[in-house]
Amino acid sequence: MTYLRPKFAHPNLPKNKLGFTRKEYEGSLSTLCAGCGHDSISAAIVEACWEMNIEPHKVAKMSGIGCSSKTPAYFLSNSHGFNSVHGRMPSVATGANMANRELVYLGVSGDGDSASIGMGQFVHVIRRNLNMVYIVMNNGCYGLTKGQDSATADVGSKSKSGSINQFEGIDLCGLAIELGATFVAQSFSGDKSQLIPIIQAAISHPGFALINVLSPCVTFNNNVGSTKSYDYVRQHIEATSTVDFVPFMNEIKTDYQNDEVKMVEMHDGSWLRLHKLSQSWNPDDKLSAINALQNSHLNQEILTGILYIDNKSLETHALLGTTEIPLNKLDESTLCPKDGFLEELNSSFR
Amino acid sequence: MSLESKVNNFVIRLANVNGTGSASANYMFAKSIFRMGVPVTPKNIFPSNIQGLPTWYEIRVSEKGYLGRREGIDIMVSVNPQSMAKDIANIRSGGYFLYDSTKQLDDTLIRDDIFYFGIPLMQMCNENYTDPRQRLLFKNIIYVGALSALLNIEFEVLQTLLEEQFVGKEKLVAPNVKALQLGIDYVHQNYKYPLDCRIERRDLIGNRILIDGNSASGLGAVYAGATVVSWYPITPSTSLVEAFEEYAKKYRIDPETGKKNYAIVQAEDELAAIGMAIGANWNGARSFTATSGPGLSLMNEFLGIAYFSEVPVVLVDVQRAGPSTGMPTRTQQSDILMGAYASHGDTKHVLLFPSTPAECFDMMADAFDLAESLQTPVLVMSDLDLGMNDHLSAPFFWEKDRKYKRGKVLSNEDLEKMNTRYGRYLDVDNDGIPYRTIPGAHSTKGAYFTRGSSHDEYGLYTEDSAAYVRVMERLEKKFETAKQIVPKPIMYQKKDKSKIGILFFGTSTYSSEEAKDILLLQGVEIDAMRLRAFPFNEDVNLFIENHDFVFLIEQNRDAQMRTLLIGELDVNPKKLIKVLNYDGMPITADFIVNKITKELELMNQYTAETLSI
Repeated sequence: MTYLRPKFAHPNLPKNKLGFTRKEYEGSLSTLCAGCGHDSISAAIVEACWEMNIEPHKVAKMSGIGCSSKTPAYFLSNSHGFNSVHGRMPSVATGANMANRELVYLGVSGDGDSASIGMGQFVHVIRRNLNMVYIVMNNGCYGLTKGQDSATADVGSKSKSGSINQFEGIDLCGLAIELGATFVAQSFSGDKSQLIPIIQAAISHPGFALINVLSPCVTFNNNVGSTKSYDYVRQHIEATSTVDFVPFMNEIKTDYQNDEVKMVEMHDGSWLRLHKLSQSWNPDDKLSAINALQNSHLNQEILTGILYIDNKSLETHALLGTTEIPLNKLDESTLCPKDGFLEELNSSFR
Repeated sequence: MSLESKVNNFVIRLANVNGTGSASANYMFAKSIFRMGVPVTPKNIFPSNIQGLPTWYEIRVSEKGYLGRREGIDIMVSVNPQSMAKDIANIRSGGYFLYDSTKQLDDTLIRDDIFYFGIPLMQMCNENYTDPRQRLLFKNIIYVGALSALLNIEFEVLQTLLEEQFVGKEKLVAPNVKALQLGIDYVHQNYKYPLDCRIERRDLIGNRILIDGNSASGLGAVYAGATVVSWYPITPSTSLVEAFEEYAKKYRIDPETGKKNYAIVQAEDELAAIGMAIGANWNGARSFTATSGPGLSLMNEFLGIAYFSEVPVVLVDVQRAGPSTGMPTRTQQSDILMGAYASHGDTKHVLLFPSTPAECFDMMADAFDLAESLQTPVLVMSDLDLGMNDHLSAPFFWEKDRKYKRGKVLSNEDLEKMNTRYGRYLDVDNDGIPYRTIPGAHSTKGAYFTRGSSHDEYGLYTEDSAAYVRVMERLEKKFETAKQIVPKPIMYQKKDKSKIGILFFGTSTYSSEEAKDILLLQGVEIDAMRLRAFPFNEDVNLFIENHDFVFLIEQNRDAQMRTLLIGELDVNPKKLIKVLNYDGMPITADFIVNKITKELELMNQYTAETLSI
């Protein structure tokens, strides 16, 4: 069932520049398990959009099937959403984006939805550099069918029932970088201070932005021996940088940069301030990002932060050469060829 | 042997090797007959291969205007030694065999009941051209020239066609004309011409055009306002999207910016292709995909969510011979049941059955109007024969004041004025069709969560049985509404004249109409009706009810349309007699006549026996 939240709200709740309180960015009450990492991500999405002054109805929420894919019901209830078919959210998002390039497309998927049944579509939406945010709520297991290992479960990770995963886990971030993704980040549902600016940066990015969020399943994969439990993730987390998202701060000068601080200007004029924690990694250098990820696997660390960003990429519309006007706003007089053309065509077939 | 005149009334088949450029020469030859004012039906019988295998081009010429395929070959042109033995065996007694006589014909290939016309094509090419590619290509033009002499086709007609073909490459015209002349001269010097099988100029074409169904559908989609096209290459639907692109480049480029007023996405597979089309339609654009049987199989799950969550989408299924990979370059009407009920659970979809290129054009616009009016998938059931072969067709026509029917969509203003709670799935008008909103329409009203899981009138998730049943029953009501607005069947008589009826659809139409005429000449009058859409409306029911027997013409093994009619209309199965062609070749009138005649004889015998007891 879907439970609507009560409409009542405190009159003095803080408002953003659009005059909206956080209430306007919330969704229905979550029916996920108490303590589910996914609910924290939903909360981070609400906060990120409210802070960025995004009009809620200018967001389209896209998802596939699974626990993660239910979450669009739990945030941004003033946005349209599409809870589509298992593993096929990228195609629906692609079509929607083709129809109207002006909305923010916020895709939510899970590790089963993306790394198994939806791997084909995940790969191809990256190739096309579709302008969307793609959040994977990654818990290493199939929650809705009671905890089977997923394709992102690490080798040797122990499930709740005690079985050890024998198969290599798929690293979605590493894969995305290989495939040419133009924004790749990794975070942890328990680290709101990092996740919110990453979501904001992803929304500002004009192209495909992957955020792989480790989001423990409290019911089926939070046991000792699991590499996706709250305890394990907290103990093994390593950040590439701390992230500040600075909206439209044009006064920032590039000379502010030094070895520790890297400034990245986003397409929409906002800035990313990355306080680098590692000297050997550069967010705009693909090789260093792949190296950092591979090293983290060797060291059994979980690397978080914005791993790679290419802020000069061309998204799908730019690649296809479509008009700036959303295609769904073109009217009949533009779409239907003028009178007379048909007679000319008929003659050419005689 | 029929004593019927063979003037403007014969079948000619050209046997080629695929990948040798024969297609354009053969098309030019067919077009020259069209330009001589005589109805013509060319069919490409091609392999699923790019180079080196046998391919045939068969042209039926019919002064009476019959456009279906006809069995029996009057003239065989052989440019392919691989298939020569079989090709010779296929010629009707008294027919003609035109072949490359550079090499002598094997004695085993000589029949004494046909006429042989040897033309040393290869030798002539070698003598006149040095470039190997030219030798290959001009061989085709030489035999076209020879045929034009034998069949009495005017030289000027062919010359004009060559000039039209090479607009912008004018220097290619002269060598082609020379090749044409080589063929003509050879016939003039060596044979008596023209043949009894020949063309005489007529004026029987009127304003009709010669075009393939896929081009017509692609053009129709441009006129219908499709902006997002997602697809995955599959024979025989590929050329449909290619045609859309060709016409979109012509008519849909913004004159000021040079940018495209359309987006074509080649998807990674058919699942993604239909997913994209659904996403785009959900977001308020007109979007479609085109595919064939194997693709439709893959699209089933997505069609289910589009049906249940009520998202419009248009899909063109250019059917080919199944099951599985089947015969990918042969025709069939064998996706009827899968199309009608695609996806798990109780689902049904609107189907349209075009039978001519003009109808392919019209039905693309109809399909979008219906999909958006009904908020549901609409499948246009074309087939390989219609899609890939050229047909003599009525010209394309777009009514001057025709407007897109976008269905029940609430605008920003509508939502602004709305004082009650918006419910995506509320049956406000009691016709089963709710009101939809497009993402981004309004800042605080009209948003909802589209889902394939059970939902109530407000789009909220529910496991309440009563709420689920309400939605399922409303969807059924919507399907009832669909019956009123889908294209009506075509009746061939104002009033019933016979106790026997014939029912057909799609590309079976040409041969069925001819069969009806042949039967009438034999003294058997039958009433006829052509189906154009599913769900069936009351006219279909009445036609079956008002006849003792109805012969149902289909191009599949399992009589799929019959199953659909029996299931949906609750008619007596014994009334519907199967006439089924499923060998992958377009059905012929003779096949239909033979089957009907046999069935009628059996019935008469049975009646006689019953009466004599």
